[in-house]
Parts: sequence; structure tokens; C-alpha cells
Amino acid sequence: MRAFWALVQRDIKLATRIGGDAMTVLLFYVMVGAIMPFAIGPDKVLLAKLGPAIIWISALLSLLLALDRLFRTDHEDGSLIAMRQARLPLEMIVVAKLLAHWLTNAVPLIVATPLLAILLNLDAGQTLKVILTLLIGTPALVCFGAIGAAVTVTIKRGGLIAPILILPLSIPTLIFGVSALSTGAIETAASSALLFLAGFTLLALVFTPFATALALKMGAE
Amino acid sequence: MSKNASIDPTPQDLGFFSRIAHPGHFLIWSKRWLVPLTIITVALLLFGTYLAFFNSPADYQQGDTVRIMYVHVPNAWLSQFCYAVMVVASIGSLVWRHPLADVSAKAAAPLGATFTAVALATGALWGAPTWGTFWEWDGRMTSTLVMLFIYLGIIALWRTFEDQARAGRIIAVITLVGAINIPIIKFSVEWWNTLHQPASVFRVDGPTMPMSILLPLFVMFFGFSFLFLLLHFISMRAEILRRRVRALERRNAQRLREQQA
Amino acid sequence: MAQIVEKTSIKVRDLSCERGGFVIFDHISFDALPGEVILLRGPNGAGKSTCLSALYGALPPSEGLISIELGDEERSARELIHVIGHVPGVKTTLTVRENLQFWADLYGANADIDKAIDAAGLQPIADSDASILSAGQTRRLALARLLVADRPIWLLDEPTSALDKQGEAWVGTLIAEHAAKGGITIAATHLDIPNVPEDKIKTVIINGASL
Repeated sequence: MRAFWALVQRDIKLATRIGGDAMTVLLFYVMVGAIMPFAIGPDKVLLAKLGPAIIWISALLSLLLALDRLFRTDHEDGSLIAMRQARLPLEMIVVAKLLAHWLTNAVPLIVATPLLAILLNLDAGQTLKVILTLLIGTPALVCFGAIGAAVTVTIKRGGLIAPILILPLSIPTLIFGVSALSTGAIETAASSALLFLAGFTLLALVFTPFATALALKMGAE
Repeated sequence: MSKNASIDPTPQDLGFFSRIAHPGHFLIWSKRWLVPLTIITVALLLFGTYLAFFNSPADYQQGDTVRIMYVHVPNAWLSQFCYAVMVVASIGSLVWRHPLADVSAKAAAPLGATFTAVALATGALWGAPTWGTFWEWDGRMTSTLVMLFIYLGIIALWRTFEDQARAGRIIAVITLVGAINIPIIKFSVEWWNTLHQPASVFRVDGPTMPMSILLPLFVMFFGFSFLFLLLHFISMRAEILRRRVRALERRNAQRLREQQA
Repeated sequence: MAQIVEKTSIKVRDLSCERGGFVIFDHISFDALPGEVILLRGPNGAGKSTCLSALYGALPPSEGLISIELGDEERSARELIHVIGHVPGVKTTLTVRENLQFWADLYGANADIDKAIDAAGLQPIADSDASILSAGQTRRLALARLLVADRPIWLLDEPTSALDKQGEAWVGTLIAEHAAKGGITIAATHLDIPNVPEDKIKTVIINGASL
């Protein structure tokens, strides 16, 4: 267990110190969300209606931006090889890195969401709901990001192709995440959407460490 | 068994399945099947087309456009089947490190993408008269579009990897991840769709359909399946030969290096 | 600890490795007994790094056998190995101490970090970021990992790259001390290891694949 937390702690330090990009991802999130209204128009009613979708898409794109860093530096500087000799199996190493990645990339986004909510004219109740869906859904996005990152870690320009692989996999999370905020005629669907969202995230959390570890092992051969 | 990428004689002490799956032996026996497969494929497709045009009824609502179904449905089915072939090949790559498994997976991907694209195009043509546009976010069409994206992503991966041997196993992992996700994606898309309910055109009712519809459907179904088999074999043969050429080139380079050293 | 270390040995028989469908080397055989130092020698690109990859379990052999005799060990094979690869694996935004503390924690060891830093000659800058280190100092920091967790098998890929004469001597001492305790070292290096008895040093030539 000490090994697990040591790795989480190390990754958090690396992400938050100089050269880490936790700050950049957060800025990107806020800016993308803030820029969309320029393309949509200042109609407050329309923005409020599209608000959850805009927030979710900004979150998705921001997390895509961050994922190349997950394994690439450790793979290239030989750290991954040495980490595999630890008592901790590779699957747990992946979980530790995912946890650190979620804490340093997704949580700041969630904390900054009220800012975007104000810009997009969402009321307090909706803002809280969006935050809840992001809390439940971002772990799944991080999981698929990890699989994409692991599969492309051996490719030199892998950062370009990973999003292409990850986006289709993220569709269920996107659908359920946004639908959980439905109002009006389809409001009854909102609670089942939340359940599906949670279920899907749990499933992702279960199989991602194995898929990611396998991809990393195949890549190291 | 030596794993040198050179032209080995087929080891005689392997079982039947191992022998037919050995790349060298595969080249030999698949060649014999090319002409018969082509004949069967062309015959089935011609017969099916004839039946589709002249021997089946027009729909009382959609008129003659319903005949597109005879191309759309087999292609839609094959787009799924192709992925299933890739999944089996992926398991072969990961569990047995079988060289033919890699080749099979790589050859199947562009075929799968093409069948999916044809399914999408024919679906759009089929629906256009009813919808008024070429695209409606129908549950099944949307899932098919997502399948196309997944196929294209996998094809892009094959093209990006330099080390093709390692690529096979890594792509196998993402193929299996996709396999787990595809049912979930379909479910979520259907669910999303029922919230927003556009008109569905794709009524293919099942065993209660009359023979005049079922027969052309089955014939076209088998025709396209044999087409897949034929194209898959051709593509696999091309890939095996391509890899051999590369191996020989590398051998030459190494020999040159040793001479100069 | 010394007694357990003595029980571990490695047997390599007819090893052959492939990369990208291309045979890198074949028919390598050797035994590594406690206290021995195996030097992997051969031309560049002949496969020394690949051989090490196979030994620490990253690359499955295409032919042949590697067996690690664990003796009384309760740890699994991978926990018996230290790998110091070609690229140092040092994080520049962590301090020298943090780098080593991480490895100690990850490997579950309770070693004295300061002693290891001292042995590497990095005590004066122990709490500075690793970004200020020179190439040689970075290599020393990477090697200090060997002192932070006690493991019987050391796999070293060009351990002396970027090091000066003093640094090379230090590596030699490290390996000699490890061998004296009964540990096994397998190193891809042109360096000669002083202070180890002649009969404990074996040289394995890896010269590419036979055609």
C-alpha cells in the first residue's frame, strides 16, 4: 500500500510542479467553454439549454489534451521498466497513475465548473447536477484516455491518434452525462441516465487497469 | 519450430489446424480456393440482384426504394461480422501469438470499414425519401456510424506503427476493448434515440416475412459473405507476401552490414 | 540478507530473441551463480539490450529458456531484480532525495536514503531539483537506486555511460561489493570490474543472429 500511495504522490508532484500541465488543462477547459457562446450567440435561453452539453464537451476535450502525458514520459525515460520490478503489479501501478491523473486533471475542472455555469446561464440547481455528473463521469473518461494513451505510447507522434481511438468509447458517458440533466418532457429519463452513467464508470474502472497493463506490456516487447 | 521470417517448409509434425494456419501453407491452400470462391460470389450476387429486382414485391409505402434493403441488410450484418472476425484474430494474437492472426486482423479492418460505409450509404439512400434528408439520427444508423469511426481508428493505428509485429498485439488489445464497448455504445445510442424519436424506416420484420422477400435476402446475404471471404483471403495473401518481402530486404541489409564490418 | 541472496541463480539455455519479426540474436547460453559477474559484450546493435530485456521479463524469448532459481525466496522473480537501463529514469522536477525516496517506497525497502545519496557523492545537493545535475551526476543518481533496495540480481545496461574515471571506479566498487555479498550482476559494458576474483567473472559475447 505504501508503494501505491508513493506513486500517487509522485505523479501529483510531477503534474503540479513546473513542467506539469495541470494548469494548462484547466485553462483550456474554461476557455473552450467560454468560447463556444461566441459561435452560438448570446441568447441566454439557448445557452442554458446547451449549457450541460457545452460543459461536457469542454471537459472531454480537455481530458483528451492531457492524456498523452500519462505514460509517455515514464515510458521514454525508463521509469516504467523500473516500476514493473516493484512488488505492486502493473495493474495497480496503472490504478495509482489513473487516480493521480484524475485528481490533478479532472478535479480542477470540476471545481472550475461553476464559473462556466455562470457564463452559460445555468441556475444553481443545474450547476450542482452538472458537477455531480462530472464527478461520476470523468473517471470513465480518464479510463478510456488511459487505454488510448497506453496503446499509443510506443508511437512517436501517438498523441495525435489517441483521441481518435478514445472518442467513440466516450460516447456512452457523454450521452448519459448530458441526459442526466434533461428537463421538461424527458425529465424522467434523467435519473436512469445517472444510474447508467455510474454503472458504466464502474465497468470502465474494473476493466481499464487490465486492458491498460496489457497494452503497456505488449508495447514494451 | 523456428520463427524466422523466411520461407520455411511446413512442419509435418503439427496437427491439422496448426498446419493449415501456418502462413506458408496458408498461401498454398488459399490459392486453390480463389477461383471457386470468385465463381460462387459472382453467381450468388448476380442471382440475388435478379431476384431483388424481378422476383420480390415493392413495399406498399416505400415503393421500389425498399429494394435497397437487399444490399443494406447484408452489408450491415457483415460490418458486425467483420469485427467479430477481428476479435477472434485478436485473441489468437494475444493468447497464441499466432502470426496468421495478426495478418487476418489487419486484412479484415479495411473490409469491415468498407462494408460499414456501404451500409451507411445504402441506409441513407433508403431513408432519404421518407426522411426528406440524407441523415436522420436514427438509433441503428448512428451506431453504424460509430462502428465506422472505430474501424477507421484501427486502420489508422495499423498505418502508424513502425513495428508491425508488436502492432498486432497492441491493436488486439484495443480491438477487444472496442468489442466490450460496442454493445454498450449501441445501447446508449438507442436509449438516447428513444428520448428524441425520429421516424424509423428500417423495418425488416423477421421470420414472418414472405419467401419472396426472404429468398433474395438470403441469397444476397450469402453472396456478400462469400465476397468477404474472397477479399479477406486475397488481402491476407497480399499481406503475407508483403511481410516476406520486407523480411528478405532486412536480411539483405544485415548481410551487407556484416560484410562491411 | 546475505544468506538469502546466495540462493538465487539464473540459467539461460539456447536463448533467441526476436524484435519486429527479425531475429536479434540466437543460441545464447550461460549460467549465473551467486557472486558472479556476467559481462555482455559484442558489437553495437547485436542485442545486448535485447538480452537484458528478456532477462527482466519484458520480452518473451522466441526460443530457449530463462530460468531463475529462487531458492528460499518468498518474493516473485520480478522483485529480485534491479534494472538500470540505458536511459536513467530520473525525474528532473523532483529533488535528488525525492527521486530515491520514491524508489525506496515503491520497492518497499527501508534503506537509509542518506547513505545512498552519500555513496553517490550527491550529498551537498540532496535537496535540490534533479534538473541541475550534470549527465554524470544523473547517472550516479540512477545507480544509487541499487543501494536503496536490496535485490540479488542486478541487470545493468551501459552503467558507466556519461561517467568519468572516478565514476567508473565507483561502479566497479558497487558491483564488487554486490558480488561479495553473493549477488549476481549481468552488465552490458566494456568496463572491466576490478576487485572481483577472476573465476567469478564470465564474458558472454552477443554477436547478432547466425544466418
